[in-house]
Amino acid sequence: MTTDDVVLTKFPTGTGKDRPKPRRTPATWVRRGGLTALLFGLPALLIFGIFSWWPIVSAVVMSFQKTNLTDPAVWVGLDNFKEIFSDPLLPTVIRNTAWFALLALIFGYPVPLIGAVLMSELRRRKGFYSALAYLPVVVPPVVAVLLWKFFYDPRPEGVFNTVLGWVGLGPYSWLNDPHMAMPSLVLEATWAAAGGTVIIYLAALTAVPAELYDAAEVDGASVLRKVWHVTMPALRSILLITLILQIIGTAQVFLEPFLFTNGGPNHATLTVMLWVYQLAFTSIGNRYGEATALSLLLAVFLAVLSLVYFRLTRSWSTS
Amino acid sequence: MTTTDTRTPLAAPAAVVAGAATGRRRRASYVEPDRGALSTADWRRPAVRHTWRTMHVLLLVLLLVWCLGPLLLLAKFAFTPTADIQSTPLEFFPNGATTQNIEMAWTRYHIGQFFMNTVWVALGSWACQVLVATTGGYVLSVLRPRWAKLLNAAILTTLFVPAVVLLVPLYRIIVHPPVGGSLINNFFAVWLPAGASAFNVVLVARFFSSLPHEIFEAARMDGAGPFRLFWSIVLPMSRPILGVVSVFAVIASWKDFLWPFLVLKDQSVMPLSVYLQQMANVDKGTLMAALAISTLIPIAMFLIFQRMFLRGAGLGGAVKG
Repeated sequence: MTTDDVVLTKFPTGTGKDRPKPRRTPATWVRRGGLTALLFGLPALLIFGIFSWWPIVSAVVMSFQKTNLTDPAVWVGLDNFKEIFSDPLLPTVIRNTAWFALLALIFGYPVPLIGAVLMSELRRRKGFYSALAYLPVVVPPVVAVLLWKFFYDPRPEGVFNTVLGWVGLGPYSWLNDPHMAMPSLVLEATWAAAGGTVIIYLAALTAVPAELYDAAEVDGASVLRKVWHVTMPALRSILLITLILQIIGTAQVFLEPFLFTNGGPNHATLTVMLWVYQLAFTSIGNRYGEATALSLLLAVFLAVLSLVYFRLTRSWSTS
Repeated sequence: MTTTDTRTPLAAPAAVVAGAATGRRRRASYVEPDRGALSTADWRRPAVRHTWRTMHVLLLVLLLVWCLGPLLLLAKFAFTPTADIQSTPLEFFPNGATTQNIEMAWTRYHIGQFFMNTVWVALGSWACQVLVATTGGYVLSVLRPRWAKLLNAAILTTLFVPAVVLLVPLYRIIVHPPVGGSLINNFFAVWLPAGASAFNVVLVARFFSSLPHEIFEAARMDGAGPFRLFWSIVLPMSRPILGVVSVFAVIASWKDFLWPFLVLKDQSVMPLSVYLQQMANVDKGTLMAALAISTLIPIAMFLIFQRMFLRGAGLGGAVKG
């Protein structure tokens, strides 16, 4: 468009320049479809305005207020943040959330990748394999958690204890043990989520250009070298994205700690999101201001983390 | 607060759209198999073939045990007497099967009623999401008024705000909406926020941009106004992407727990997922039957719309709750 402008200003041909600019009146606005555009935009403007943009703004405002949602809110400055930072639970909650995220990476990051690379080499029944892998993702999360809660039955007759008993292990107390509770939660979360990641990698793998493999073969590369030097680099940017998305997702984990253990035993599985919920919506609470302040802190942390992450990996992902 | 709300790689939707538009045709005319790291020559070598075959078989066994196993066990529990579930969970009907669990779950705990609530939640969320995404996408990609850029930026920004921030302020809006009384225990409390899915709008807008604009011009020449263009040209051409959005919408609202748990507390509107959590301490056999029943519909949907699921998940769905 800039080239057009230049041409017009250099050689005024009389087509666009000399025509008098029509005045913008409400009538011309309507005639040019301004009103219909607004009508079509209305659902998005209303829904996003009321249920997305306004809550984001009011989250910032509420974090500086004390409110019980019925009486007028009172401005309290930084009190909510001070109370969060002086709460003895804060270090525990941060440690638990970080532990959950780390374990979820260890359990859930390499396995889908290996599975997807193996599956992408299938000549037949690829669809069957991927459907199997995806199946747990379709199960409603509440169902998955309640089912696994039964699997984690601490009695020797429990499902997992029976299976481990066949090889002479256990019985373990799973969710009742402060050290085992978090890994147990992560195991279920991995079961429920891994299939989605597998499918993402599979899709990325079909996009690897066949010429790259052909070229590698001409150079005499073995199968393993092809996987390592062609497949892996092609997956690099998607691997980087799924890593940060997984961290952002697991940092906000709620369902597993809430339904499995409700933060117990002895706060061993109390995560940030569960604490936000407890502050706002349970008997210790109606501390809405503090809950909002805490959720805002988590959001800011995640935003900074992703910024730093993308800065650090920028050169690496585009090569 | 639905899961589609959560952050997604921005590069992905364009790829989904491309795949959605051409996937079927390309698959039909594609003769040679996609090649992976292994060439046909590699497959002819016995050592390579045997290693990979073995790994594939192992993978299949693992997938069957790890992914399908728990679900088969759940199906078995649904027909096993409670005493057997408790004492010998892994034995195959040691004292015979029973349908009593299912009957209890259905008649005494009224699973069917909560099931219908979930259906309503899913339908309303779907309608709201499709309405917002199609009209919004139409404004952003086809009508393109002056403020479209601003709207686009404002919608994209919400992709980067984690869902956790919205929890309390959104709850306050539901308790004190700008018009009318509290929406607690009203389906609209779930339907309306579900519509604010930036991911859907981006997905649909990119698809609309990829449609051939000559057709729009031709329709305008023939005298079609913006409404006619939307209803008779754009929407019918967008079936693939509407399918993806619909499947996402229904599945997301089926899976959603925390938000309905907060705003749909009364049993007359409570969806199944919330009710199941309340049932956690009832008789194990009944609970297992209830869990099995609530898994049936999503699994059936998955099996029917498999390709749409996997296509959507593959490119759009780094979505986690």
